[in-house]
Amino acid sequence: MNTQTPLVEMRDMQISFGGIKAVDHVSVDLYPGEVVGLLGHNGAGKSTLIKILSGAYAADGGEIYVNGERAEIHNPRDARKYNIETIYQTLALADNLDAASNLFLGRELVTSFGTVDDDAMEAECRKIMGRLNPNFQKFAEPVSALSGGQRQSVAIARAVYFDAKILIMDEPTAALGPHETQMVSELIQQLKSEGIGIFLISHDIHDVLELCDRASVMKNGELVGTVDVKDVTDDDLLGMIILGKKPEGVEVS
Amino acid sequence: MQTQAKSLIDKLGLDVRLLGMIGALVVIWVVFGVFTDGRFLSPRNFFNVSVQSASVAVMATGMVFVIVTRNIDLSVGSLLGFIGMATAALQVQVLPDFLGLGHWSIWIIAALFAIAMGATIGAFQGWIIGYLTVPAFIVTLGGFLVYRGAMWWVTQGQTQAPLDPTFRLLGGGAEGTLGETVSWAFGLFASVAAVAMMLLSRRRKASHGFTVKPAWAEGILMAIAAGLIMCFVWIMNSYPIPKGAMKRMTKAQGIEYTDGMVWNHGVAIPVLILLVVAIVMTIIARRTRFGRYVYATGGNPEAAELSGINTRLLTVKVFALMGALTGIASIIASARLNAVDVGLGTLDELRVIAAAVIGGTALSGGAGTIYGAVIGALIMQSLQSGMASVGVDAPLQNIVVGIVLVFAVWVDIVYRRRTGA
Repeated sequence: MNTQTPLVEMRDMQISFGGIKAVDHVSVDLYPGEVVGLLGHNGAGKSTLIKILSGAYAADGGEIYVNGERAEIHNPRDARKYNIETIYQTLALADNLDAASNLFLGRELVTSFGTVDDDAMEAECRKIMGRLNPNFQKFAEPVSALSGGQRQSVAIARAVYFDAKILIMDEPTAALGPHETQMVSELIQQLKSEGIGIFLISHDIHDVLELCDRASVMKNGELVGTVDVKDVTDDDLLGMIILGKKPEGVEVS
Repeated sequence: MQTQAKSLIDKLGLDVRLLGMIGALVVIWVVFGVFTDGRFLSPRNFFNVSVQSASVAVMATGMVFVIVTRNIDLSVGSLLGFIGMATAALQVQVLPDFLGLGHWSIWIIAALFAIAMGATIGAFQGWIIGYLTVPAFIVTLGGFLVYRGAMWWVTQGQTQAPLDPTFRLLGGGAEGTLGETVSWAFGLFASVAAVAMMLLSRRRKASHGFTVKPAWAEGILMAIAAGLIMCFVWIMNSYPIPKGAMKRMTKAQGIEYTDGMVWNHGVAIPVLILLVVAIVMTIIARRTRFGRYVYATGGNPEAAELSGINTRLLTVKVFALMGALTGIASIIASARLNAVDVGLGTLDELRVIAAAVIGGTALSGGAGTIYGAVIGALIMQSLQSGMASVGVDAPLQNIVVGIVLVFAVWVDIVYRRRTGA
């Protein structure tokens, strides 16, 4: 369907933990401006697959291509070099630090003396939070003092601030109320229009049907198939998730 | 009244925990002052407490980083002894053979050797903890035994003394101070520097358009900072050097000693070392990436890892730093005693950990301040010196210190729960 080069292509990925194949010969891809949903039960391997891309796990086999070129991703620093940003389900925030320190963690702004420039970071943090979550005011407090939605917006700001080309969102709305969920949907639409490719991990089928262009379904570490979201119903997706059954009369890759 | 005080503290931007610790310290001083008819509050006693706290306080600043990263170091007391013995043997037995007795460079070589030795051993322990993933408790418990044993081996248990005369100055004593004039100059310089730092920070904040404290609040803080520094120098400059030492010192300088001549001690060199260490460590903690990563790793190791922080290498660096500071502490401790016997540093690991913990460092990781650890060390030493001067016997001293440690941590836990921090 698409002749341009994929932004990311993961080919034949494998990883095992203590003899259990958590990801078993799985291939997925993602194009610019596209949202691909990764669906599956808990333990289906979707988070593990995506952690290979974000550098948290080292794959046992398989190849990753970014813009058609072979990419070597061994740790989170490598992933960041390819402009791959991740919003983890756990948010991965250091609770004892403030929002700005978390936003810039691992990539601090420094002064000409090489010391961290907290004031500049707070100023930048205020700017991006003003865009993402204008109600956000708690810049001086550690993030442990923030609400679930506020913490989420810090995690999102961290991914968005550094010019992500590829964004991985692991259950971004799981801990959010309806208002904040709406905010995340709008953000996804906006990022999409800027040409960013997004992997959206979810087990909420309605999220996926609403937000995604394609959906890749995993079960027991294997890929059931990838479908165009507009070709399928929620029953089709449920069949793929629960039974591992490919829907009839639909192109499945 | 209570709310008024609270809003004043808020406006001044003061740290309540800091106020609490200073309050505890002042209470200890006043109580012992009353029981000793004011002897405890004499310049002489403040001078002694400041010198006696220095070695443990230097190590406590490093222990903050170790505990903040959710580790522990039980080996610092033994390591201090091992380094002290090796450094003493170096300057007593080895260097004089090559350079001649009393050569000017001996103290420099010895001091650099002590710091390098500490950093190397610390880095090795950190490597075992970070890369071989053996728990810090076990690695440093092993180190605790290994270094105490290795210390004996260096000289087959022989006490090393006397140390190089210049090296000895690093431990304080009548000669090991800045002297009156330099102490005043130092106080002035430190006051100006403190005020300048506060002004710069204020200007930087304002340039980003952040709200700053009201000018009067900033002014009060500057006055307090400069006042405390000058007050400290004044006390140190009010402790006259005893007659015997005066005669020795005047002779060394070729000045004729006359009765009624008074020289005062001034700020002791080990205290100056402690101040420099505390400032450098505070800058590392607050203003460097390394320090930021130490706290981030303590707060959430997984998040730190996912942010691209090499937490294993960080562990190596933290323990290397702890080792280097143990080296500095070892210089101070051995120079102060002008001798190293196999008991040097015994139980220091517990004093250091207690100082860090009393100073608000949380064993669960992620929280702790350098100034807290220094004040913690001061509290410990004040308690011990105070009880000794009141005549409390040694077993009871230990009992009191032990109870205070547990009590202080409980207060800290309650405080954290209340403030949600």
